[in-house]
Amino acid sequence: MTPEQLLYTKTHEWVHVEKGPSGKIATVGISAFAIEALTDLVFIELPPVGQEVQAGKPFGEVESVKAVSDLYSPVDGEIVEVNRAVPENLEILAKDPYGAGWLIKVKLSGEAAPSGLMDYKAYQKQCEEAAEE
Amino acid sequence: MGANLLKTPLYEWHVAHGARMVDFTGWAMPLQYTSIIEEHLAARAACGIADISHMGRLRFEGPGAAVFLACLLTRRVGDLRLGQIRYSLVTNEQGGILDDVLVGYYHDDNSQPFYVVVVNAGNHDKIVRWVGDHLPRELAEVRGEEIVWSDVTRLWAMFAVQGPRSVELLQPLVDVDLQWMRYYRGTPVRILHPAARRQGAIISRTGYTGEDGFELSLGASIARDVWEVLLDMGKPLGVVPTGIGARDTLRLEAGMPLYSHELSEAVNPFEAGLGFACHLVGYDFPGRDALKRIAEQPLQRTRVGLELPGRRIARQGAPLLARGQPTGQVSSGTFSPTLQKSIAMGYVRPEYSEPGTELVVDLRGRMEPARVVELPFYRRQTKGTQE
Repeated sequence: MTPEQLLYTKTHEWVHVEKGPSGKIATVGISAFAIEALTDLVFIELPPVGQEVQAGKPFGEVESVKAVSDLYSPVDGEIVEVNRAVPENLEILAKDPYGAGWLIKVKLSGEAAPSGLMDYKAYQKQCEEAAEE
Repeated sequence: MGANLLKTPLYEWHVAHGARMVDFTGWAMPLQYTSIIEEHLAARAACGIADISHMGRLRFEGPGAAVFLACLLTRRVGDLRLGQIRYSLVTNEQGGILDDVLVGYYHDDNSQPFYVVVVNAGNHDKIVRWVGDHLPRELAEVRGEEIVWSDVTRLWAMFAVQGPRSVELLQPLVDVDLQWMRYYRGTPVRILHPAARRQGAIISRTGYTGEDGFELSLGASIARDVWEVLLDMGKPLGVVPTGIGARDTLRLEAGMPLYSHELSEAVNPFEAGLGFACHLVGYDFPGRDALKRIAEQPLQRTRVGLELPGRRIARQGAPLLARGQPTGQVSSGTFSPTLQKSIAMGYVRPEYSEPGTELVVDLRGRMEPARVVELPFYRRQTKGTQE
């Protein structure tokens, strides 16, 4: 997955929605910008498979030496898969945030496309503005 | 970041070298250049150099200086020998901690003695006011007991050179034998490099990392050139610049208190474990009578080290519980890069302060176990214990 193909939340999660045999599946991760800003990751907590998530609500947390942050779901639905390799080896996040560093897969509860998300260009603009602050 | 932040003489260097700049008690300081963990480990393994020019420095001289400082600080200074440095506190009338400071006693080029008091950046203005309030003009001008003092914070830069290779790095640059300089000793030196433009400096074997190392005070105008010389010469030794992020994790592993975390005006020296820095007999300073009373009372709380089995970090303010009841709070916490463990310091009731005591820490509503452990978390190997 390339970053240009993804949609983003204001809180730096990315999402990619694909149509599967049993409905729409969203893959969710965190952006390279967020990982770079956190830098010294020490811990990530991901939810169990089967848990319901809601757009804009926390589904886990990520902790760096500097701070702890919630992970916010970009979509509504039920978690069908969790990337257990990431909590075991946080370096995956820095190495491949848009591929091997995905965090959860969510079966969307509705047919509608997720809303309130930014495309890559808009997200990049937000990051540039944040960097200038 | 606010435009009104104070800048050290190295500010432009930090920015040009990709440092992430943050507001640290009103100063624009480098949090990190690469990563806190990388910089931390470099200081433990080789040597890190940190710009600590934000530290406040006050210079006192004149025949009345020793007596005046004795009236201001909790620990005697009149017996300091030349080149000696001592940790002390400044307390308010209630015995609360206004600041923790280092006092050094040196000779200048004309063999005139002077004291340098190093204060925390965040307490600089408060201590400057405190000195002014306690040094009435009449007293400063008593014949034979004159005191001259000046705030040299902005005139002098200060570097912390910390790590096992500090002697190797600095020795070629100074005209004193560093290997034999004892801990908590310091001296004026010449910097043997054209970058120093024949200016003097003060070097001391002190630090805030638990590592062998030195602190170097030098004129602001030569700071950047000397900093670059140090990094250049240090490259083969593995020397890296370290930010205030690593400074915090290093001091935490070393179990050293930090003002506004472990220390504040609401904390007294005994509960902070700093009773050794209070000389209550034969000295009079603000807070002495209060401290005498406090010393006679049982402690209400005491500073402890904590280790968490999980990887979550217990941060300042997190409640600590014993047997389901609140017993205190975390004052600082981090993930220890050296020990690869979640560590913290905090205050608890004395009955729960024994190493091995199992507590619970409330991390944003999540209850995690935390065990009381001895401080410091990290102790460097000294020559005698090296294999």
